[in-house]
Order: sequence, then structure tokens, then C-alpha cells
Amino acid sequence: MADIAQDIPVARQLPPPRSTGVFGWLRANLFNGIGNSILTLICVALLVLIIPPVIRWALINAIWSAPNGAACHGGGACWAFIGEKLRFILFGFFPAGETWRPITVVAIFIAMILAACDRKTWGRRLALLWAVGLIAVFLLMRGGFAGMSEVETRLWSGLPLTLILAVVGMLFGFPLGVLLALGRRSRLPAVRAICVAYIELVRGVPLITVLFMASLMLPLFLPAGMTIDKVLRAQVAFILFAGAYLAEIVRGGLQALPKGQVEAADALGLSYWQRTRLIVLPQALAMVIPPLVNSFISMFKDTSLVLIISLFDLLSCAETALTDPNWQGFYVEAYVFVAVIYWCFCFFMSRYSQVLEREFNRGKRR
Amino acid sequence: MSDAKATPAPVGGPVIELQAVHKWYGEFHVLRDINLQVQKGEKVVVCGPSGSGKSTMIRCINRLEEHQQGRIIVAGIELNADLKNIEAIRREVGMVFQQFNLFPHLTVLQNLTLAPIWVRKQPKKEAEETARYYLERVRIPDQADKYPGQLSGGQQQRVAIARSLCMKPEIMLFDEPTSALDPEMIKEVLDVMIGLAEEGMTMVCVTHEMGFARTVADMMVFMDRGEVIERAPPKDFFSSPKSDRTRSFLSQILAH
Repeated sequence: MADIAQDIPVARQLPPPRSTGVFGWLRANLFNGIGNSILTLICVALLVLIIPPVIRWALINAIWSAPNGAACHGGGACWAFIGEKLRFILFGFFPAGETWRPITVVAIFIAMILAACDRKTWGRRLALLWAVGLIAVFLLMRGGFAGMSEVETRLWSGLPLTLILAVVGMLFGFPLGVLLALGRRSRLPAVRAICVAYIELVRGVPLITVLFMASLMLPLFLPAGMTIDKVLRAQVAFILFAGAYLAEIVRGGLQALPKGQVEAADALGLSYWQRTRLIVLPQALAMVIPPLVNSFISMFKDTSLVLIISLFDLLSCAETALTDPNWQGFYVEAYVFVAVIYWCFCFFMSRYSQVLEREFNRGKRR
Repeated sequence: MSDAKATPAPVGGPVIELQAVHKWYGEFHVLRDINLQVQKGEKVVVCGPSGSGKSTMIRCINRLEEHQQGRIIVAGIELNADLKNIEAIRREVGMVFQQFNLFPHLTVLQNLTLAPIWVRKQPKKEAEETARYYLERVRIPDQADKYPGQLSGGQQQRVAIARSLCMKPEIMLFDEPTSALDPEMIKEVLDVMIGLAEEGMTMVCVTHEMGFARTVADMMVFMDRGEVIERAPPKDFFSSPKSDRTRSFLSQILAH
């Protein structure tokens, strides 16, 4: 009984302080052993070797304005080249006098994407906003009314073309992928067979050959005089491709969902589509946000493959700008500039996916 | 039937009826010639060793499993491949699972109102009022806005019971509702179930809680190897089981 007599409640205490200042942090994280200390020193040395030359090239020795290419070859970067070619790299062959149109198009895209970021806005009104936005994009690019000259789709180029192909590809490819994934798990053998055949066929072919076939072979099979717009063909190819790839990712999420969730929904009397919409997809898609965004990022960059059917996306426009005889040899500048633009969009997607993941996992957090 | 409680007398026969039901998993004969009748307001407790087919049987009643021979009639509707019939039966039959199966991406309140809103087409406000009433009934009125993952196992199972009740079912099926719970949480769930029984709900429970069975059951059903071996009111079932298999099962689970 002596044990019980000593059983005095222990007073509640604060946890011991974790941090011990800057030096404590350094010691605990960077120099907590011989191996780690050596690694830290090597990294510091590499940074010292790399960063100063890069800064010197990109900023200190850079030339910001020059009358032509010959005057622009110094020790540093020639940003004058980018300044000179900015309009062409971004908007390509779009008539120079009406650059405000592609600028507006890019602004509309960015506005629509930002509006869709807040999950509270998801709903009918957002869908309507996007529908109106996409129609506006098409009309602005196409023109031919209200004093705007008509611009053929073969002149659509640069960043607007990249954004159109990528965003519309994702927008239509994603629902297609969800339907294919559901179809692949359907109880109806015919539906299942069609979905499996489609996914396996499309995934088995390189995108580049499909683009090629769409542009070279399709016209041979069409009746004489009938043509399908080249941008439309590329767009359809992207959607079909995205659908097949996204389907397999979504299927992964569907398979990871515990069987009990479907049974509980069934037992409550929900119909197949109610169950799918309210119970299955919200959970299955939340589980596969990282691979979905991974796919979106790679699709965004894959749009540069349209070069093969002589459409000029952002990257092709930059490469075309390099062929100007007055401005020779600024490869690094052009590629760095384009890479930064791609990087901004891709990094945004990556960060946003982390925000979404956190929001969807709210329920699992204690 | 020893149903002397304050429920209306059964009208027009049993509310659940299984006639010569058979089921196979591949070659394995999991249900063999099951005959069972449950009257309105009756409480049936099904027990038996694991693998005896009791879960499969109860899951056939709302077609989570499909039977291959025989007839199952629930609330006057025959279960067959007709999706309309299946959905009609599921609306009238609530089910509570061993693993709770709450929807983790929805709050407790949303879990409770989902089916009434989408299946019963109730206005949201009315569904929420009903939901809060049943949360009160299962004694967790203050957890409505939490997510299931934030609740204890016992609380989750009580939410699951409330979720079924919100559909105002005629029949409640319980498939080992306390088997996944820590011992100290079993009682809080059983108390809710006893309360439900006292109000006259028609219940079919697969459970090993023999104390609960003694308290609420009108009829005990013992299953082994896919067959109904014995069927008796609890008094006779526990004091003088007729079959050897029942006796040996009872001696095992009542040994400690």
C-alpha cells in the first residue's frame, strides 16, 4: 500500500526549450558529426565557387541596352537581346500592331487561374467564369470583328499558344481521365474493355508520333478540300493524351479507397453517381494530388513538342528569335529567359498542390 | 415471439424474410439453406464462430452481398437484380459496420445529413435539425463540426449509428459493431443500442456481446459453417442449448 501513498500527482510542466540559439542550431543541424561537417563544408565551397560568377554574368557585367548584337558581346549576359526580342518571344507571329490582344489573353488566363485557386469559389459561378473567359480568349485571338483584324490560327504563337494548349488540355483532359478511370473499374464488361483499350493504346504511343500523324497523315484520309485546323488538332491530341495518363493516376486513388467507404454509401441508399461524386472522388482525388500535379507540370512543358508540326509555342518562338542575323549567339540568354517563365508556372503549380493537399487532409489532422 | 414491448403488433407478416438462401464464394459454400424471419420490432442476435457466414448473411439483407439462390424479402420488397428495389430497400435499412466507415472528408454533421439530403431530398435545414437530434440521442451533441478522425472509436461508432438513424430506417443491421473498439468504449455503444431496442426498433445484430444479447434479444440465432444451427429465445438458448455445436461455442465465449 506504500506505493499508493506515494502516488502524488506530478505537476504539469512545460516541455524543455528546444532551441539553443544560432550556434546551437548550426551544431545540431550542420555539424553534428564528422561526415555531416565535411558535407557542410563541401556545400559551402561549391556555393562560393558558383554564385559569384553567376551574379557577375547575370547582373554586374550584363549589358542592358545595345543597338545590335555585335555591340552586345561583353563578359556578361546580353539582356538587351531579350529586350529587343521580348515581343517576339512572348507573342511570336501575332500581328505586331495588335499586341494588346495576346497580352489580354495571358492576363485572362492568369486571372482565371487565380480565381480558381481559392477552393471556396469552386462551383457553378466559377465554371461560368471559365466558360466566358475561354470564349473571350478565343475571340481575342481570332479577331475579325469590332475593328480587330482576323488572325489565322497558324499565327497564334508564343506564350498564349502554350497557355491555351496546356490549360485547355488539362481542363478537358482531367474529366476525361476521371471518366476513363471510373470506366476501367466499371462492372460493365463493354465499358471496361473500351476504357482499357483506349488507355493502353494511347499510353503506348509517343505523343510526338500522334502529333505527327495528326498533322501529316490525317489530311490524307480526309476528303479533298476538307481540313481541320492545326491548333485544334494539336489541342485534341493533348486532351486525348492527358486523359489516358490522368486516368491511371485517378485509378490509383480509386483503388486506395477503403472498400468500406463504398459499402457505407451503398448502405445509405446513395446511387452510383451520388456515391461517386460525394464519397469516392473527393477522397480518391485528394489522395493523388501529388502525382496529378506532377502530370500537369509535365504536360505544361510537353506543349513545346508542337514545334514538330510547325506551331510556334513559347520555346519555339525563342529559338526563332535566335536566328536573327543582327543578334547572333545569345542562346544562354534566350533559354534562361524562357526557362524562368516555364519555371514560374510550374513552381506555382507545385506550391499550390501543397496548399490543396493541406486543405484536403484537414479531416485527418488531429 | 416474446415481443411484449410497446410496438404495434406485426401487420402482414415478417419485415425480413429469408427463404432457402444459398451463397457461394467461388466453390466455397458460404450460406447454406438459410431460413429466417424477423417480425416488426423484433431483436435478433446472430452469433457463431468466425467464418460461419453470419456477416455474409446480414450483408445479404441490404445486398452488400448478392445471394445466388432462394428469396430475400425486406419490408415487403423482394431483393433481386432490380436496382430500384435495391435502392428502395437500402433506404429503409440502416447498417452499422465493424469499422464504422464514416466519411473522413466530411464533418460529423455532414456525415449525418448527406443521405437525408441526397436520397430523401430533405431541405438542408431540416436534415441538420434531425442530425442534431440524433447526435443528442447518441450523447455527443457537441462534436457536430469535428471530423471523424478527431473522435474516439466509441464516438465514431455512435456517430455511425446516428448517421443510419437520420434516414429514419425501419430496420437496423449491426455487423459486429463493438469488435473494433477498446474495452472501455464498448459500453457506450451498447448503451445506445439498448436504448434503440427499447424504443422498438427492428434490429438484427451480429455480435459476441452475450450480455447485450441477454438484455435485448427476442431471438438468438446460432450459425456455424454457413448454416443456422439453432434458433431460440435467449433464455432457452443460454440455459439449455440443443445442439452440441452451440454448447461448445457458448462454453468457449462464456468461459472467461
